[in-house]
Amino acid sequence: MKKRMQRYWWALISLVLFAPSLALAAGGGKSAPVVIVADTRKLDGIMAWWANLYNESHLQFMILTIIIIPVTGVIFGVLADIVMGWIGIDLKSRELAEH
Amino acid sequence: MDWLYILMPIAGVKIFWPGLIILGIGVGIIGGFFGMGGAWMVTPGLNILGFPMAFAIGTDIAHMAGKSLISTMRHGKFGNVDYKLGMIMLVGTVVGFECGAQMVMWLERLGSVEKVVRWIYVGLLLFIAWTVFHDISKRRAKERAAAAKGEQLEAGATGVEWHKTLHKIKIPPMVHLKAAGITCSAWLPIIVSFLTGWLAGILGIGGGLIRMPALIYLVGCPTHVAVGTDLFEVAISGLYGAATYTFKGRTELVAAMIMLVGAACGAQVGAVATKYIKGYGIRIMFGWAVIGCMVSILMKLVQPWLPAYKNLLNTGATVLVLGLISVMSAYIFIKMVQGVKRELAMKQQNI
Repeated sequence: MKKRMQRYWWALISLVLFAPSLALAAGGGKSAPVVIVADTRKLDGIMAWWANLYNESHLQFMILTIIIIPVTGVIFGVLADIVMGWIGIDLKSRELAEH
Repeated sequence: MDWLYILMPIAGVKIFWPGLIILGIGVGIIGGFFGMGGAWMVTPGLNILGFPMAFAIGTDIAHMAGKSLISTMRHGKFGNVDYKLGMIMLVGTVVGFECGAQMVMWLERLGSVEKVVRWIYVGLLLFIAWTVFHDISKRRAKERAAAAKGEQLEAGATGVEWHKTLHKIKIPPMVHLKAAGITCSAWLPIIVSFLTGWLAGILGIGGGLIRMPALIYLVGCPTHVAVGTDLFEVAISGLYGAATYTFKGRTELVAAMIMLVGAACGAQVGAVATKYIKGYGIRIMFGWAVIGCMVSILMKLVQPWLPAYKNLLNTGATVLVLGLISVMSAYIFIKMVQGVKRELAMKQQNI
C-alpha cells in the first residue's frame, strides 16, 4: 500500500512538473480580434455616456466596471444584511460542527 | 408591455429585465449555497433571454464576481471561510488555469478538441457524482453500524476518507488551517488547486463545480468551510475574469447590475440557508446538481447521432437547467424559511 501510494505521489509530482512546461512550450495561437462597436443612436443620458465610453476606451470601461461591480455587491450585501437582521436572523454564528 | 424590456447599450439587444432578476435570484441562491459561480446555469439562461453567446459569458462572470463577494462576506461571518487556505489555493488555481488554457490552444492547433473536452467534462462530472453518492452511502453504512451497537456516529464522521491518507504525506512546510481545522503539507492545497485550476482551464469553466468537492474529499475541509472558501476564490477569480472579458469588450454591465439586484438577495438566502442544513444535506443536493449539469451536457453531445431530435434535445437541455435552478432554489428557500421560523420561535421561548 505504501509503495503504491509512493508511486502515485511521484506520478502526481511529475505531472505537476511537466504540465506547465508542456503548456507554456505550446504557446497560444493568435486569432483575429473581432471589434464590436456600440450603437449609441437609440440611447440617451447615462446609457449613451456608457456606450460612448465603451467605444472610446475599453481600458477606462474596464476600470469602471471592476470598481462598480464589487461596490454594488457590497451595497446590496449590506442592505440584505440590514433586512435580515431586522427580521431577527442571527447572522453571526452557526452552531453546526460537522462535516 | 414595452416597459418590461430594456435596450442593452453595448450588445444592442432588447432584454426582458424581470427575467434577468429572476435568473439572478435563482443562481444567487444556488451559488451561495453550494459555493460555486454557476456559469453552467447562467450562460444558457442569458442566451435564452436573447444575449449573444460572447456577451452571455462576460456578463455572467461580471455578475458572478459581485454575487460571490456578497456570499463570501456572509460565509465569512459564519466562520466558513478559511482565508489562509483560499490564498494558498489561489496561487495554484491561477497558475493551473493559465496552463490549462494554453494547453487547450495547443491542442486546438492539433485538431478539433471541443468534443473531446466535453466528453472529458462529462467523465469528470460522472466521477464527482459517483464520489458524492459513494461518500453518502458509506456514511449511512457507518451510521447503521453505529446504531446496531447502540451508539451514535460522531458529528465529524465522513464516508470517504481520502483526505486522511493525503494528510499522512508530511512534506514541509506544514500549515495549520484554523477555520478548516486541519494540519497538512502546504503542497496538498497547492497541488489540488493547480490540478482543479488546470482542469477548469482545459474545460473552460470557472471551476467551482470541481474545486468544492476537491476541497472536501482531497483537502479534507468540512462542507461548510469548503463552500465558503470556494466562494472566496470565485469572488477573486471572477473579478479577474470580469476585467479580462470587459477589456475585450464582452461585458454588458447594465445586465450584470440588474442580475446583481436579484443575485444579492439570492446569495444571502443561499448562504444563510447553509446555517440550517447539515453538511451532508448540502452534499446530497450538490450531487444532484452535478448530475443535472452532466445530463444537460450529454443532451448536447448526442445531437450528431440523433439529428432528427436536435431541437428537442436543445430545448430539453435548456428546460432541464432552468428547471433545476427553479426546483433547487425553491427548495433551499423553503429550508431557509423553515430554519428562520425555528430560530425565531426558539428566541421567543428563551425570552
